[in-house]
Amino acid sequence: MVQTGAPSDPLVRSAVLDNGLKVLVRELRTAPLASVWCWYRVGSGDEVSGLTGISHWVEHMNFKGTRNIPRDQVKGIIERFGGAWNGYTWVDQTTYLETASRDALDQMLFIEAERMGSSLFDPEDCESERTVIISELEGGENDPEQLLDIEVTAAAFKAHPYGHPTIGWLGDLRRMTRDDLYGYYRRHYVPNNATLVVVGDVEAEDVLRRVERQFGAIAAGEAQPRIRTAEPAQLGARHVTVAKEGTTGYLKIAVHAPAADDPDFFRLLVLDAVLAGAKGVNLWTSFRSAPPQRSARLYRALVERRLASSVGGALLPTRDPFLYTISATASEGTPLATLEQAASAELDQVVSDGITGQELARAKNQLRARLVFETDSVTNIAHQLGFFETVASPDYFQALWGRLEKVTADEVSEAARRYLRPANRTIGWFQPLPAGSGDHVVAPSGDGAGSPPEAR
Amino acid sequence: MIAEWPGLAPTRRVLPGGCVVIVKRSPTNPAVTFNVAVRAGSLHDPDGRLGLAHFLSRVIDRGTENRTADRIADELDNAGVALSATTTRHLLTVSCTCLADDFEGILELVGDIVMRPIFPDTEIETRRREIITSIRQDQDSPAVMAVETLFGLLYPDPHPYGRRAKGTVETVDGIDRPSLQEFHRAHFGAPSTTLVVVGDVDESRAIDTAARVFGSWKGSSPVVESLPPVAAPESRRQVAIPMPGKAQADIAYGFTTIARADPAYYDFWVMNNVLGQYALGGRLGDSIRERQGMAYYVFSAFDANVGEGPLVIRAGVNPANVERTISSIDEEVSRMAKEGTTERELAESKQHLIGSVPRTFETNAGIAAFLQTAEYFGLGLDHDVRLRELISNVTREGVTEVARRFLVPSRATITVAGPGDPASR
Repeated sequence: MVQTGAPSDPLVRSAVLDNGLKVLVRELRTAPLASVWCWYRVGSGDEVSGLTGISHWVEHMNFKGTRNIPRDQVKGIIERFGGAWNGYTWVDQTTYLETASRDALDQMLFIEAERMGSSLFDPEDCESERTVIISELEGGENDPEQLLDIEVTAAAFKAHPYGHPTIGWLGDLRRMTRDDLYGYYRRHYVPNNATLVVVGDVEAEDVLRRVERQFGAIAAGEAQPRIRTAEPAQLGARHVTVAKEGTTGYLKIAVHAPAADDPDFFRLLVLDAVLAGAKGVNLWTSFRSAPPQRSARLYRALVERRLASSVGGALLPTRDPFLYTISATASEGTPLATLEQAASAELDQVVSDGITGQELARAKNQLRARLVFETDSVTNIAHQLGFFETVASPDYFQALWGRLEKVTADEVSEAARRYLRPANRTIGWFQPLPAGSGDHVVAPSGDGAGSPPEAR
Repeated sequence: MIAEWPGLAPTRRVLPGGCVVIVKRSPTNPAVTFNVAVRAGSLHDPDGRLGLAHFLSRVIDRGTENRTADRIADELDNAGVALSATTTRHLLTVSCTCLADDFEGILELVGDIVMRPIFPDTEIETRRREIITSIRQDQDSPAVMAVETLFGLLYPDPHPYGRRAKGTVETVDGIDRPSLQEFHRAHFGAPSTTLVVVGDVDESRAIDTAARVFGSWKGSSPVVESLPPVAAPESRRQVAIPMPGKAQADIAYGFTTIARADPAYYDFWVMNNVLGQYALGGRLGDSIRERQGMAYYVFSAFDANVGEGPLVIRAGVNPANVERTISSIDEEVSRMAKEGTTERELAESKQHLIGSVPRTFETNAGIAAFLQTAEYFGLGLDHDVRLRELISNVTREGVTEVARRFLVPSRATITVAGPGDPASR
């Protein structure tokens, strides 16, 4: 085992096993618990046409039994220790977690080692999971906002694989085979493509010994290069409308945004706080509670003027440039055109005039508070360590506040000009149709539209 | 096998006016979560003014005798605090998380909001528009429609559990400033209020601050909550809610059960864990998700309350699989009522529920919610410690008995919201 130089967070002990597995451990004795997260550097942004959704499906299969854990016991091993377990897949990563009594540490590590080396992918289980995932997709389609989000994201990207939904396109989910799934699993689930994070009431040296025992014998695999194209610059605004039976109109405006390690990312985080209130950067927890946004520009312009019943902004940390998305729910009786006009006017204004020093100070206060709130448990702290390792570096979260603190009002104003300009926008409407209107249509329109989004 | 839980051991004080304060110091990070719960839930909505308590929760924080809405916005946003006010049948709760350094100022602000709201007319109109939009969104959600319709059937008028907490577009249209002021006058008072504070704050500092903010408050005494008896339906009912544009059908399948104070509560809790919770949806999840691949989510939820709360089984499935899913639910419900659990299932669920206690307390918000519930139901300050024994004492006989009494498919109430079976269209 190689002990690597300490990351900038002195509380984190890091090591790399001979097979390439990275290990990050932090001792935190506030409760008799431990949280284990195993992160793989593979997600829906690594998928090619015909195999969209494969990362997420593989994640599902990794709860279906391994060589040494029968299918019906995968979940129970941890639950018997009062534990919680879960997993998720997103554009840059796939992750699995257990949080349980510290006495279950070996069991948690055992499950993750089994998942890395010995999942079964039984053909019958692959088939029954196909319909479970299609049910997950159809459940999402019941929500008009999710439906619109998929169409807007697809319209914003014409080259980069971030354009397709993580759950995949239905056509691909119908035709993918067990061999596709298993092959993908074998290529990406290797120790040198993973990071194991342990946080809690543990002793770091002891954790490293146990990790070596459980994972040391798993052979390294061939490194999989992450070849992704660069999205060409957007040359003009794009528009997409989903017209479908419903009761409520929704608006989304997405702009191409910088990657997590781009200095502009921090400026846009501040800009988002000014426009819609700060959320923080923890995918596992930040978005579960409302942001402080009553004095935010878009809240005042849309909600307080009764054009929208809610508004939100989302800037998520990603490896490649993704999107900054503003979402608003049209209040009863407000035409989408009116809502769009008011939202666009606010964006135009910040593009032309920038932000004030007072707004900058408030945004930083909010971000500082949210960074504290979102690290309130062993589970959330472990998430942040591992998540940023998959998009940037494990030091990223520790250094985040220092980088935000240095952001100036001029830099934010400059970032607003660069990213919020009209030609960078993809504007989506969910236009509700009266009950009984029949099937929906997806109608791309406007200048500069790329390939029409896939109609389903 | 599972580490002994040392116990939260919170501090509890009753302030001079009658407001209860419960404090637990938890230094995981420099933040404090607190919630103020008042016995002013939607159960108290007057006839013809359904949605009043919920409406009040949306406008209570938009202006006080001392602060304009803009000033409240500034104070909250400058400190990065998001305030939320929520209603249940029995409680209206204002809660927030702030940095530990901001605790005194934010608690004072929240006290002002709870005790001295003025409900400005312009704010009432803005929030009315939001609430009506939210009711319209609910009407477009198969999940909400299935559950709300089920509650209406399980708890027919005049039982308040069957009424929509948000009200209807018509009743919300009729709510005005005098009705909000009257509701606040009648239901908000120190004897009806519990403040729970959890976080990186000394217990004495928290109690001193609470006493300064709420100590001289009096207000109304709690209004007695009288609930009509619940009659189990004589026969099975199944209601379809057509939502033709949707991709998936939402099923809600339920029974009325017991009150929180019922001695069989722990038997029921463990039984529900085996039926629809343990390891991703219990037996229901094993059948409907794992073995038949029909649903992404299927589970059962049990909500014993002051009155006899419901057990609700939920699943989202392809419209073609609705009847097969309902049959599978019937099968699992009948099997549980007939055979109860196995020894192994019982042991696993008990061990899981006991072991989950420390994890429930991983976050300040989790601790605060637990302490608020324990206070509300009078479970005692050591309830977290006693849980181990309460759960350990559950037996197979007890579990089988509650299942036999309440899980009767011939008396089930079922709602299905969705596009309908494509084969029968």
